[in-house]
Amino acid sequence: MGKIHVTTKINGDKTEYLCEAYDTMLDVLRKQLNLTGSKEVCSSGDCGACSITLDDRLVCSCLMLAAEAEGKEIKTIEGMTKNGKFHILQEKFLEHAALQCGICTPGMLVAAKSLLEKNPSPTETEIRFWLAGNLCRCTGYDKIVRAVQAASDEIKETA
Amino acid sequence: MTEVQFLTPKTVDEAVAFYKESDGKAKILAGGTDLLVQIRSGISSPDKIIDVKNISDLQQITDNGEGSFIIGAAVSGAVLEENEKFGKSWPGVLEALRLIGSEQVQGRASLGGNLCNASPAGDSVPALIASGANVNIQGPNGARTLAVEHINSGPGKTNLKDGEIVTSFSFPKKPNNSSDAYLRMIPRTEMDIAVVGCAVNITIDQDKCINARVALGAVAPTALNITKASDILINSNLDEETINKAAKACEEACNPIDDKRGTIAYRKKVSGVLFKRALKIAIERAKKE
Repeated sequence: MGKIHVTTKINGDKTEYLCEAYDTMLDVLRKQLNLTGSKEVCSSGDCGACSITLDDRLVCSCLMLAAEAEGKEIKTIEGMTKNGKFHILQEKFLEHAALQCGICTPGMLVAAKSLLEKNPSPTETEIRFWLAGNLCRCTGYDKIVRAVQAASDEIKETA
Repeated sequence: MTEVQFLTPKTVDEAVAFYKESDGKAKILAGGTDLLVQIRSGISSPDKIIDVKNISDLQQITDNGEGSFIIGAAVSGAVLEENEKFGKSWPGVLEALRLIGSEQVQGRASLGGNLCNASPAGDSVPALIASGANVNIQGPNGARTLAVEHINSGPGKTNLKDGEIVTSFSFPKKPNNSSDAYLRMIPRTEMDIAVVGCAVNITIDQDKCINARVALGAVAPTALNITKASDILINSNLDEETINKAAKACEEACNPIDDKRGTIAYRKKVSGVLFKRALKIAIERAKKE
């Protein structure tokens, strides 16, 4: 038995790869598919820097085996910008200076997007609890929370 | 190194067959939030990974009415929360499961995984014990059912036999005026491992306690069913003296360790405090039921 052949969909594109049983989704995204937006930091599901969605469910790609993606749909930070245009969350992160070193930012954005899709008008408490699995050592979180609130406000206005 | 196999059975029987022929070197993969960390750190190096998430029975939520649910062992916290009725019937079980890790972890972590990982501090286990849920198990010699408190035998150890897999949890019918609650003590507000966890499930009639189950986590090698505390509560009027006696029984039932999260004395004391608080919440909820 050779490597495991996986057919999946990543950011809307059909994707195939070969992996070993122990390879994580994060390993394959970064090392094989060159999708290096998802970051590897803690490798234990504590920091959220590797956040992706699996069938629209927010997960840590370091806690998922690459083989599990068979027949599923993966979305990563690379799929957030559409036709060269930033997602509203990306714009608001820039406006509110919600990032400094940037390592946590892809995970923060993927997690925040998943929150707003489930709950377009979260309270500050709901935002803080939802993002509790995304660690940031630079911003003190406040600017991130403001950016998510601003994105939520704008989504509501345009809706 | 021999090649590691990744298996995706579609039925419980198929999964049991794979598991049985592995001579204990295989691992069952549900949400993977514990297993992948163990593989990465070298604590676990299975030669077969059996992913049970493609088995429909393990992902099923069946509502039989009056609080009686069958919850598939691999149903994730995020999915269970979206069920409109489960959280109303078993708020304590749901809040315990939802306390585990972040939203990212909730997208994957399951009741079956939390139980079979057998951490003494697993948050959902005391709540499952208090609920009186039964664990449905399938193995090479057929199916059997055990009470939740009989599954774990020590840290990381279960009483499951070779080839046996937990498939689902059966929650009993809930009488009127009954409810449950779970509280845990951690040094911060989110994302930590319990120093103490306490679950209470209570049935009342006016101010009288008709039935009660109390369970504690993180204070012994396995989560504990505190029958002494429930015996004190049952048929009482839930007066202060009775509650204090039951809290004392909780403290005395603890057999904790000293570690960086808390000393033995601290864990014992907090057990009694958490019990009283969880009881209060469960009573308030039961009055509304």
